[in-house]
Amino acid sequence: MMWKWLHPYANPEISYHFAGKILPWCTRLAVTFLSVGLVWALLFAPADYQQGDTFRIFYLHVPAAMLSMGIYLGMAIAALSSLVWQLKLADASAAAMAPIGATFTFIALVTGAAWGKPMWGTWWIWDARLTSELILLFLYLGVIALHNAFEDKSLAGKAAGILALVGVINLPIIKYSVEWWNTLHQGATVSKLGKPAMTADMFWPFLICFLGFAFLVTALICIRFRTEVLNRNSMRPWVRELVAKEENTHAV
Amino acid sequence: MNPRRKKRLTIVSSIIIGLAVVAGFVLYALSQNIDLFYKPSEIYNGKEDTGIKAINGQRLRIGGLVVPGSVHRDPESLNVSFKLADMRMPISFSESDPMVTVTYEGILPDLFREGQGIVANGTLVHGNTIEASEVLAKHDENYMPKELADEKGEKHVKPDYSKAQLDPNN
Repeated sequence: MMWKWLHPYANPEISYHFAGKILPWCTRLAVTFLSVGLVWALLFAPADYQQGDTFRIFYLHVPAAMLSMGIYLGMAIAALSSLVWQLKLADASAAAMAPIGATFTFIALVTGAAWGKPMWGTWWIWDARLTSELILLFLYLGVIALHNAFEDKSLAGKAAGILALVGVINLPIIKYSVEWWNTLHQGATVSKLGKPAMTADMFWPFLICFLGFAFLVTALICIRFRTEVLNRNSMRPWVRELVAKEENTHAV
Repeated sequence: MNPRRKKRLTIVSSIIIGLAVVAGFVLYALSQNIDLFYKPSEIYNGKEDTGIKAINGQRLRIGGLVVPGSVHRDPESLNVSFKLADMRMPISFSESDPMVTVTYEGILPDLFREGQGIVANGTLVHGNTIEASEVLAKHDENYMPKELADEKGEKHVKPDYSKAQLDPNN
């Protein structure tokens, strides 16, 4: 049932146009949510009683960290469907996601360090949470490198996919590191079961920022996915037609 | 599902499950090394899962809550000493808790105060004193606007220093 409904999207041409259709919507939503959310979070949300305004890094750090793991999960699911069902498009989407995920992991690490220096007293400490997030960055870099290491794209996809799947083990380690071991990093604030450990006027701007970043990620993935699909199908008639049409409309 | 896909799915999932089990064992075996710090009670009784005790002269990290009323700062220098007790939620202290003393010379982080969780890096001496070379504040996962904290009677004042204390020639 579901397979029949999903089947047309295994066609690169249909997926290319589908990604093109949702792209403007994701961009609009991202701009709206981010402009409202960031202004609210950075200017109007109350400051924390201990940390003062430094606490506002939270609104960048936590969405970036959550998305760095979310994108990895998406990439691993794509890698699994590529290995098992041999969907070529899944490889293209995994290759599209990796650099975006790496960027968000990097943002999470840098904003965390910027917060850690004044609050903890150190930029970096080798505790379980920080170390496992750093490993996530290295996994992303490995996946990106493997995607580019082979001339043959399907071979590259296979190698990168295996690394991406093996790296999935790191996700629960990052998530539960603060509970399994004692760490300097604090426990979860917003993804905790039950009530988030902050007041509503601090939590709402977070939620809006998070949605904004999530739409931004989706939009970026759409852009990169379209480029990947064109690259991998550049010899196909539909791509040639598309290029010819573009040339006609932009010809002087 | 056709047999070839089924076979591939079985291979991939068994590899992942196998690796997850191996990673689980490795992390379990290394858990006392992954733990960032000793708790004060572990200085007296040894690590919770292995019972291994720290010995005098060993470099270690200690993590706990600063016992209220135990902070002594030298007015002339940056020397400070305080006692640590195990972290416990909700926060409470009693006289019978195992406590260790931390001595430190240096500037304390902004979040340092009585009742705050901290992690200190230093050397164990006399069985229950740590000469720290670094003191880090451990923030908890709770955030609170200032007004609400005032109502609840939670005050936070950053540690401040006089000119004499910060004088490097001192």
